[in-house]
Amino acid sequence: MTITEEPQTGNREVGRDRRRKEDQRLITGRTRWTDNMQLPGMLHLTMVRSPFAHARITNLDTTEAKAAPGVIAVLTGADVTDLQGSLPNAWPVTPEQKAPPHPAIAVDRVAFSGEIVAVVIARSAAAGRDAAELVDVDYEELDAVTDLKAAAADEVLAHPDLGTNESALWVFDSVEAGTGEDVEAAIRDADVLVEREFRQQRLIPSFMEPRSVVVDPTGEQFVLWSSTQVPHILRLMLALTLGVSESKIRVIAPDVGGGFGGKLQVTPEEVITFLAARHTGKPCKWNETRSESLLSAHHGRDQWQKLTLAARADGTVTGLKVHLTANMGAYLGLVTSGVPILGAFMFNAIYKFPAYRFECQNVFTNMTWTDAYRGAGRPEATFAIERMMDELATELGRDPLEVREQNWIKHEEFPFTTVAGLEYDSGNYEAATARAKELFGYAELRAEQARRRESGDRVQLGIGVSTFTEMCGLAPSRVLGALSYGAGGWEHASVRMLPSGKVEVITGSSAHGQGHETAWSQIVADELGVPFEDIEVLHGDTQISHKGLDTYGSRSLVVGGQAVIAASRKVVEKARPLAAHALEAHEDDLEFSAGRFTVKGAGEGQEGVALTDLALRVFAAHDLPDGTEPGLDADATYDPVNFSYPHGTHLCAMEIDTETGESTMRSYVCVDDVGHVVNPLIVDGQIHGGLVQGIAQALWEEAVYDDQGTLITGSFVDYTLPTSADTISFVTDRTVTPSTTNDLGAKGVGEAGTIASTPAVVNAVLDALRPLGVTDIVMPCTPERVWNAIQGAAHQPLTESAAPHFEESAPNQDTPETEGGTL
Amino acid sequence: MIPAPFDYAAPTTVEEALTLLSEHGDDAKVLAGGQSLLPVLRMRLNAPELVVDISRIESLKGITDTGDAVRIGAATTYQEVLDSDLVREHLGLLHTAVEQIADPQIRHRGTVCGALAHADPAGDVGAPVLALDATMEVQSRGVVGPRQVSAADFFVDLFETAVGDGELLTAVTIPKHTGWGSHYEKFVRVSHQWAIIGIAAAVRAEGGVIAEARVGMTNMGAKPLRAPAVEQALAGQPATEEAISEICARAGEGTEPPSDLNGKADYRRHLAGVLTRRAVLAAAGA
Ligand SMILES: Cc1cc2nc3c(=O)[nH]c(=O)nc-3n(C[C@H](O)[C@H](O)[C@H](O)COP(=O)(O)OP(=O)(O)OC[C@H]3O[C@@H](n4cnc5c(N)ncnc54)[C@H](O)[C@@H]3O)c2cc1C
Repeated sequence: MTITEEPQTGNREVGRDRRRKEDQRLITGRTRWTDNMQLPGMLHLTMVRSPFAHARITNLDTTEAKAAPGVIAVLTGADVTDLQGSLPNAWPVTPEQKAPPHPAIAVDRVAFSGEIVAVVIARSAAAGRDAAELVDVDYEELDAVTDLKAAAADEVLAHPDLGTNESALWVFDSVEAGTGEDVEAAIRDADVLVEREFRQQRLIPSFMEPRSVVVDPTGEQFVLWSSTQVPHILRLMLALTLGVSESKIRVIAPDVGGGFGGKLQVTPEEVITFLAARHTGKPCKWNETRSESLLSAHHGRDQWQKLTLAARADGTVTGLKVHLTANMGAYLGLVTSGVPILGAFMFNAIYKFPAYRFECQNVFTNMTWTDAYRGAGRPEATFAIERMMDELATELGRDPLEVREQNWIKHEEFPFTTVAGLEYDSGNYEAATARAKELFGYAELRAEQARRRESGDRVQLGIGVSTFTEMCGLAPSRVLGALSYGAGGWEHASVRMLPSGKVEVITGSSAHGQGHETAWSQIVADELGVPFEDIEVLHGDTQISHKGLDTYGSRSLVVGGQAVIAASRKVVEKARPLAAHALEAHEDDLEFSAGRFTVKGAGEGQEGVALTDLALRVFAAHDLPDGTEPGLDADATYDPVNFSYPHGTHLCAMEIDTETGESTMRSYVCVDDVGHVVNPLIVDGQIHGGLVQGIAQALWEEAVYDDQGTLITGSFVDYTLPTSADTISFVTDRTVTPSTTNDLGAKGVGEAGTIASTPAVVNAVLDALRPLGVTDIVMPCTPERVWNAIQGAAHQPLTESAAPHFEESAPNQDTPETEGGTL
Repeated sequence: MIPAPFDYAAPTTVEEALTLLSEHGDDAKVLAGGQSLLPVLRMRLNAPELVVDISRIESLKGITDTGDAVRIGAATTYQEVLDSDLVREHLGLLHTAVEQIADPQIRHRGTVCGALAHADPAGDVGAPVLALDATMEVQSRGVVGPRQVSAADFFVDLFETAVGDGELLTAVTIPKHTGWGSHYEKFVRVSHQWAIIGIAAAVRAEGGVIAEARVGMTNMGAKPLRAPAVEQALAGQPATEEAISEICARAGEGTEPPSDLNGKADYRRHLAGVLTRRAVLAAAGA
């Protein structure tokens, strides 16, 4: 099917570009964020963090801090050794996986700068902050390893007790898996071999709302508010980590200001706030500063990628071999170890590679630990393979789109089982590419590029291609089981029919900016035939939404939305016998449409009975058929049968000022296929934001450490996050090839833009500069790196310090020993 | 981000302010717009005992015409500078540089004199002020009338100026450059960034020929720099790329710019050459 228009929507809510109902409160701030919580007698926490990347704690004196005004208690690792457990890693990727214990508060050794060594509990945040400076910590510095390749060489150990920096080696081989041929044979017999090494720099998720936690221990349960993506997972993990009954913990994720994977975590601070509340018997709050966030909230990406691509002279790819070295940082967080492995299934992308081998070596360093960041594993894979396809095209002297088309899965070949063992249900790469080329003016831009090359223009033009797909909608539970993940991938929903005819929808996925309330209302409005405005979507509180697996991996709509549909349909089925009773008809003779049951064949004029009327009848329960339960509410838990495979063709034109190395985006066109769309505005928003995040990896963002393991990019002065002023207007369009594995025919969209855009931009930068002999530029492609590449200089890694903008005459904080407080 | 405790005073006269400052010596800090001081305090890079807010001192407010020059009082914000017809007409270079500082919120609080006193080498006002031969008024307690310090002597080092402990920068006076073309070329990776380097150029052109030129450089050393050799060589040249390329290419020679995440010293020197040419051409209207 090749549809480039939206399906007819008629009166249907699904497909309408509804403004988001949650936006007014989110944008104006007239809502409750965790840091707005004020509870009677509430205490405030300040973390004391290690300034060293690797050190033994030889002495920790809290006497002075405890005596400071307003201080209630100071807890150290020693105080909570027996209570704090070890922070969870839910994804032991191999049975042999090595991991150090992960205390919330370090006990005798710190393994990255920013690790917590004590917490001050005080009557006010200011008193706590002052007292934090009085916590006296003596450190004996140990050798630190803060470079991924150096760590892989295993000379300096991040955790001496482990005896190695190697956490796990995870391998997929298409011969062993029975999904394809032998890659070594393909390499041996290749006409063309492309071997490259790419760097995935370290990134920082940079959500808008900093992390924040409040724990109230004063009722029968501990109530924990957290700015988290995963209230349900957090509740279970806290119970397991701390040995507290799960039924005694209620977790609430109120409105949450973004996450991008950065709040898919069970954090030391959540555990510590819990312990502090239990210790003092009072509500406790911790709210981070931006500097703390950049330093100690988990980071993303950070890999070296080695790839070998084998092809025949005609351009047909015969095999791909991938070796990753992935930086775990100092500890394994919730899914740290699994993130690079999610990429294993995506290096083959949209292509029909007959042979494939993937190896991933997970390595510890003395750096902030990494974990999920928008795309998690798939952006890394997509970047590498889309760079490789361009390299192959260059080797062959052919157009990069043409080489891709030669190798991609044809529309007629779906469903298609890939060499990585996944079954892609649907796709139409031809249609998306044709539309993108048309919108982009591909031929005209190529002609302009030729002219500029010819004339030796100071500003060169480059065209970058990225024909991506990704696997999302995490995830079929049996697949997660096969990958040793510690949980399933289902989602839960309930639909409650209120007597007044209003509807409450409870979803287990936990929105933190995505617009679930709007989209779910649209879906239920169509399913139940009730007005959009009459639907309230509730989420993010384990007492209201008792069951769920939260929001990440572009799963909410295709898994959680499907659960909402299933629950809605159960409501209709529950209502059917009541409708039959009311209409004095047989159930089989009823039709349900636009919120009403009517008798088939009884003609146009009949009134039938509305579902909302039945809700009132059920509430009264005066006249129900014998044996009927007085209730229409329904629950559904949906376990997806497959991943969802959005795809698209992204084309980017970059202008490079060869004198300064500055790159300017000229145009960006993307045609995405996310199947049927519930709300085009929300989809465009996801695409736009996603694109900027991916472009930012290509051009702007990088977390840089110095040799001592200090994060140099510790504020937004140096971690150069783009704003709208740095981007252009994107041209977005869609083709619609419905997914065959859910009722909506939808595919995930939350990560698509991020996954696709990074290689499109870097490919464009390189395409502009290839005639000058440039073959690679390490990300982010800063003006200096681009200029150096043009000069033919070696790419030297940046280990310079950040520029100072503030006088560091610090009378109260001049030695590292006293530099303990929050940053 | 909570600063260490400090006392706060908001005097209404320069005398009162000077009394407080001299009594507390280096334990006191002046607060103007707070756009650099507050981050310093909040990050606890500094913890003064007393903060003396000068924003309520009437005599420090405003922009005045002194005949040959324009005087900008210490409590004048960037936005007031941008809104001033005097500045627009006579100090085009300062105007275009201030337009490129940070964002509207910061420009409504931050002051030109606060930035000069702060002396961040990456700050955008130092180079234009230096290039336009400004004079700073520095007032000490008990002395009648301010010291006049030329911009060339004002900047001492990284974050260090001729303003001593207990002193106040009360105004900056900048000679009018009426009819000069000007351009400030700020090189950044993202729009809200401090200048990786910046080139401030003012040109008086007569019939397509550069009669006089002024060139100041931001972030090419520990303090704002001027390029006198380039200025002299430009005088008398036609305002064409051909004529001035070679002259401007030398702008970075002999400088010692910083090496940091945004660029090593040699890259900055290279940029100085390229951007000086561009700035001068733009200022000359070529
Ligand atoms: C997010 C952000 C982005 C920024 N981006 C830029 C940019 O792109 N370009 C740029 O140039 N700047 C930038 N700045 C800095 C900004 O320009 C500051 O406003 C300016 O540096 C200081 O002016 P102020 O009036 O706020 O001074 P304050 O912060 O009040 O004071 C700064 C320092 O000068 C001292 N001081 C102030 N006034 C006097 C006086 N009259 N006499 C003696 N000492 C005095 C203070 O004690 C303090 O040490 C940025 C600032 C922020 C927060």
